[in-house]
Amino acid sequence: MARFVLRRLGSAIPVVFGITLIAFVLVHVVPGDPAKVILYGANASPEQIATLREQLGLDDPLWRQYVDFADNLLHGNLGTSFLTQNSVAHELLSRAPSTLILTAASMLVAVLVGVPLGLVAGMRPGSVLDTVARWISFAGVAVPYFFLALLLVLLFSVKLHLLSAIDDGTAKSLILPAVSLGWGYAAILTRLVRGRVIDELRSDYVKSARARGSGELRVLLRHVLRNSSVPAVTTIGLQFGNILTGAAITEVIFGRAGLGSFLATSITSKNIPVVQGAVVVIGIAYVVINLGVDLVVGAIDPRTRQEAAA
Amino acid sequence: MSRVKWVALSLAILVVLLLLIAPGALAHVDPVATGDAHLQGPSGSHLFGTDLLGRDVFSRTVYGARPVLIASFLGVLLATAAGVAIGVLGGVAPRRLNAVVMRMVDVFLALPVLLIALILIATAGSGVRSIVLAIGIAFTPGFARVVESSVRRLRTAEYVEAARVFGSTTLRTSWRHLLPNLLTEVVVLGSSAIGWGVLTATTLSFLGLGVRLPAPDWGSDLAAGATNLADAWWLSTFPGLAIMATILLANFSGDHLMRVLDPRAGIRLGRSFRTLATHLSRHGGDTAYESA
Repeated sequence: MARFVLRRLGSAIPVVFGITLIAFVLVHVVPGDPAKVILYGANASPEQIATLREQLGLDDPLWRQYVDFADNLLHGNLGTSFLTQNSVAHELLSRAPSTLILTAASMLVAVLVGVPLGLVAGMRPGSVLDTVARWISFAGVAVPYFFLALLLVLLFSVKLHLLSAIDDGTAKSLILPAVSLGWGYAAILTRLVRGRVIDELRSDYVKSARARGSGELRVLLRHVLRNSSVPAVTTIGLQFGNILTGAAITEVIFGRAGLGSFLATSITSKNIPVVQGAVVVIGIAYVVINLGVDLVVGAIDPRTRQEAAA
Repeated sequence: MSRVKWVALSLAILVVLLLLIAPGALAHVDPVATGDAHLQGPSGSHLFGTDLLGRDVFSRTVYGARPVLIASFLGVLLATAAGVAIGVLGGVAPRRLNAVVMRMVDVFLALPVLLIALILIATAGSGVRSIVLAIGIAFTPGFARVVESSVRRLRTAEYVEAARVFGSTTLRTSWRHLLPNLLTEVVVLGSSAIGWGVLTATTLSFLGLGVRLPAPDWGSDLAAGATNLADAWWLSTFPGLAIMATILLANFSGDHLMRVLDPRAGIRLGRSFRTLATHLSRHGGDTAYESA
């Protein structure tokens, strides 16, 4: 296990390095002088530009600039926002809780809908319930979440006046955004769990458990669900980054002030330090979460440790 | 596949081609022409109603297809080509080079598809051309990963070994033996990624990063209609239904193409498909193979 942990940690290092490199390069691939971009080209005098270039160290050789950038990152310094002159780390951190809550709530929706639905559908393939589950997951894949969000708002807040479409800080106003974002992942999970349950029910250990006289419920919960949970956990981990960015659109629709809407406005206003910061934070969060998932899965299922070594 | 399904699929593809090449054949009203009838519900004269400026929503929905279809087709095509090139390079390269190439692919895989696309648009500016590029680059690592693992599997096949024994160079082996055998897989994976391309393209235009207004586009029209959601449901609903129908059609045709091209491929491709689906989704999931 120790070797597996080390190996897995080792393979994450180049990825993290690459992510910081992408973030670093960003400011240099934006067309035009970064200093002018920062000053919005708004009639900045040559002196202002020269001072800023000096401040940002833009005249240093590239490797030197990268070393400074990485050094700042290691000290938790993500630069300052062009717009507000506040620290990017601070701006990102202050908005993170709202987004993390939405992400967690969406994952909860995905698991609460996807796992039971997949389980029921997989137990009786071809049954009415399976057909229903198939259609629900089919719709989940085909309906874009921004469209689903609007349909839900139309139904539940405009027509029925049941739920608020605008964030007012209560848990109730979290329901619509979480359902619209989580639905698509529920569809993915349903399909995954269904396939696994069908496979597991055919396996020898299930037969022998039944032969020993285990009840159907016990077989399902103790054996099938447990063995189906490994790919489900992996998938949820892999989807984390996508849910996080999906939150961007959901936040825009529901007027929630989170990381996503912040990132979207920063992109349209070319606020590059914020985009850089977000790339680093989201990228590293994704790597860390998948590292965690792999280690958990490695602990649950020793076979995956050998696969990773092969 | 029943005859009814055949007819339905052919008709649907015909409609898509018409939308792409000659939208004027389906809608006779200018999609940007404003009129006096503001926010009218669907009726005989305006099939899908009118918007705030009195523009015909049906016409906008018809003309709004083109930017979405162009962005998703070209974007996926670009990603497929780049992914195959990188995947084959990684697959046939010696161990060190393979490690370098695939670690770079891993870096991009660690960033969500939509984030890569957004970064690209942040640097290249908005517009359909940027969206093509964004989809192309964001989807490439997923393809590269899948193709690389297929190449590594193919490399140990006997006929490839035999070619090598007879002195075939790596380049020749890749071109003559590896690529033709990858073709079916690549075509199927590429066509099934179009659904995700449509979703990504409309998401980006929904955020206002696509066509320049007042040009019609499903994503931006859907977003614009959201402000009048309470009193004019048809504004967002029709572009939304159009997006949905296109994604469904893309997934169905991808499925069908796979069965036609290689009936035995289902099980073998299932694995590649799941890998790609995990990489590209949320934009994810397909129709049939998860249980294959």
